[in-house]
Amino acid sequence: MNILICVKQVPDTTEIKVDPVTNTLMRAGVPSIVNPFDACALETAARIKDETPDTKIVIVSMGPEQAKVALTECLAVGADRAYLISGRGFGGSDTLATSYILSCAVRKLEELEGKFDIIFCGKQAIDGDTAQVGPELAEHLGLAQVTCALEAKTNGNTVQVRRKTERGSEILGVEMPCLITMTKTAYEPRYASSRKKREVAKQEIPTLDENSFEIDLTRAGLKGSPTKVKKTFTIPQNSTGVIFHEATERQSTISLFELLVKGNILQLGVRYGNE
Amino acid sequence: MEMNSSNLWVFIETNEKGQAHNVGLELLNPGHSLSRAQGDEVVAIVIGQHTEAAVASAEAYGSDRIIIVEGEEYARYSTDAFAYAFHALITKYAPTSILIGATDLGRDLAPRLACRLKTGLTADCTELDFDEESGNIAWTRPAFGGNLMARILCPNHRPQIGTVRPAVFKKPEQDTSHKAEIVREEIHFSIENIRTKLIEEILDADNETIDLEGAEIIVSGGRGVGGPDGFKVIQQLADALGGTVGASRVAVDSGWISSAHQVGQTGKTVRPRIYIACGISGAIQHLAAMSSSDTIIAINTDPEAPIFKIADYGIVGDLFKVIPEFIALIDEQILTMAV
Ligand SMILES: Cc1cc2nc3c(=O)[nH]c(=O)nc-3n(C[C@H](O)[C@H](O)[C@H](O)COP(=O)(O)OP(=O)(O)OC[C@H]3O[C@@H](n4cnc5c(N)ncnc54)[C@H](O)[C@@H]3O)c2cc1C
Ligand SMILES: Cc1cc2nc3c(=O)[nH]c(=O)nc-3n(C[C@H](O)[C@H](O)[C@H](O)COP(=O)(O)OP(=O)(O)OC[C@H]3O[C@@H](n4cnc5c(N)ncnc54)[C@H](O)[C@@H]3O)c2cc1C
Repeated sequence: MNILICVKQVPDTTEIKVDPVTNTLMRAGVPSIVNPFDACALETAARIKDETPDTKIVIVSMGPEQAKVALTECLAVGADRAYLISGRGFGGSDTLATSYILSCAVRKLEELEGKFDIIFCGKQAIDGDTAQVGPELAEHLGLAQVTCALEAKTNGNTVQVRRKTERGSEILGVEMPCLITMTKTAYEPRYASSRKKREVAKQEIPTLDENSFEIDLTRAGLKGSPTKVKKTFTIPQNSTGVIFHEATERQSTISLFELLVKGNILQLGVRYGNE
Repeated sequence: MEMNSSNLWVFIETNEKGQAHNVGLELLNPGHSLSRAQGDEVVAIVIGQHTEAAVASAEAYGSDRIIIVEGEEYARYSTDAFAYAFHALITKYAPTSILIGATDLGRDLAPRLACRLKTGLTADCTELDFDEESGNIAWTRPAFGGNLMARILCPNHRPQIGTVRPAVFKKPEQDTSHKAEIVREEIHFSIENIRTKLIEEILDADNETIDLEGAEIIVSGGRGVGGPDGFKVIQQLADALGGTVGASRVAVDSGWISSAHQVGQTGKTVRPRIYIACGISGAIQHLAAMSSSDTIIAINTDPEAPIFKIADYGIVGDLFKVIPEFIALIDEQILTMAV
């Protein structure tokens, strides 16, 4: 089995705060992490490898040199090889351009590593938050896709994927090769042992740039992106609410209740009248 | 008329019973204001096996025209068949803009379609308006876990496409006498060529009875509820108010309540008349999906909890003391009114 995982290095957005004065994101000191959903994809692939030891896991990430830190982390928890895609013409790509660049890189990687049976992506990256790169990459490569997967197991030539739906979940069977995007799994990603961390610290991570593979550069980067971010802003959060903090919960509750009834917010009469 | 290329399309997602998902009907609302700004028509797209119910809704909620694709291959959603049919329609009619609900289905279909058309797609929008200056739709969406809002244009490619969160817009006024022009298209995709095969469906036990998106009143519990027993208290308050129980991801992940109840970025987006958050701190991923509720009430022991920043009303205190008092007051009030 030959598995490719697309990994994005992202700022830990749960640590990001908005500066209350300037209303801008305070990014300084926010740690960079492997996108959590991509970590779920890696864990799912590692579980396939536990079952089928003859499995190779390859990681690819597009980003700056610094993204190699994320790639090394993936190697430490069980990936076999990692590649960084980095090029001056790639910056500012929207999802169509990003997925296009990745698709060109995947074709090159298949020359180097062999055809991939499964390509995993995270359901979404916690910074861009679009959840579009996975399906767009599948379309560029002409692969069947399953999004929002909770679990994936191989069975002969097919993968059985449990996928989250609005009503619960469904199990789909899909033939390989295919592309699967993982949402948060019930199982936690495994940790790297310190021995493994030391071992992979020295592993080489090749960088592929615009000259390493065939690509139409007019379809990459800012210029090749159909969507344009015109402006970004934050929504100031000023508390204007009426908050009760009286001596006892009972007193606070009575005060609140009176206000809600007076303001006709709690329309108990309406409900009562309907019964 | 057939080849009129300046139309705005709204995808009417249907459920397993062939009924329209609320989000498609909601999108007819901004669909109307945007198309009026451009002097266009609003066209509803319905793809399914039995589409009568969804078509009737799309008509009553004001579509100017409805394009229907029917076939047994569309009985259940599949990326392959739906992307094929939708793409064929777009190639034939060349609409200017397409709005698709940002549901699990919409977010599976839209990027596949946008990529096939080599056009831009804006994800998960919470606001839409018309940018007079450039003549484009301005799509506004949250990114960075809801910490940042971005205004996005797709100036040089058509159609411009966006997915829009459920419950961001209200449905238009219903008018059962309104008539739409009905167009049927015969587009077929061989079932054998659908590469994903359904093996089994696992329904959440209480899924049928949970309608968070349609709820008028939601009482939600978070980590502060402490466990499954704590949710009984939340349920009691919801019952007393005729409301529905919601939950934070922590409560769902801890197994205290099923995921059908989850409100948030990875759960449901809601817009009830009253949202009562009990023992929920107000993380951005939770707020992103309930902050447009008409009235937000927070109950939390921590006066510094971020939920108080967006709450209209609140009590700093223990939910296990507040809620029983609240229920007692409701009962009392109802009794007085009964006399
Ligand atoms: C504020 C803001 C808003 C934006 N809105 C849009 C928009 O609406 N539409 C649009 O087309 N673009 C948008 N972009 C651009 C978009 O964020 C980038 O194209 C980004 O590189 C990929 O999108 P994402 O982060 O949303 O990834 P997602 O599509 O959410 O990522 C899904 C998965 O794809 C894989 N993946 C994604 N990026 C990489 C990578 N660089 N390397 C390896 N694997 C990867 C990972 O497995 C990831 O889990 C926006 C950018 C900003 C800053
Ligand atoms: C990619 C991503 C997606 C996410 N999606 C979602 C999502 O869809 N929905 C979601 O909710 N979260 C989501 N989260 C998680 C989110 O960041 C928070 O971790 C989560 O919302 C916190 O849940 P909570 O408020 O219940 O718990 P906590 O943050 O732990 O808050 C518990 C609160 O209860 C209060 N409390 C404790 N005891 C009592 C008491 N007796 N009475 C009253 N108050 C009490 C405490 O003061 C505290 O404020 C997501 C995170 C990520 C990274």
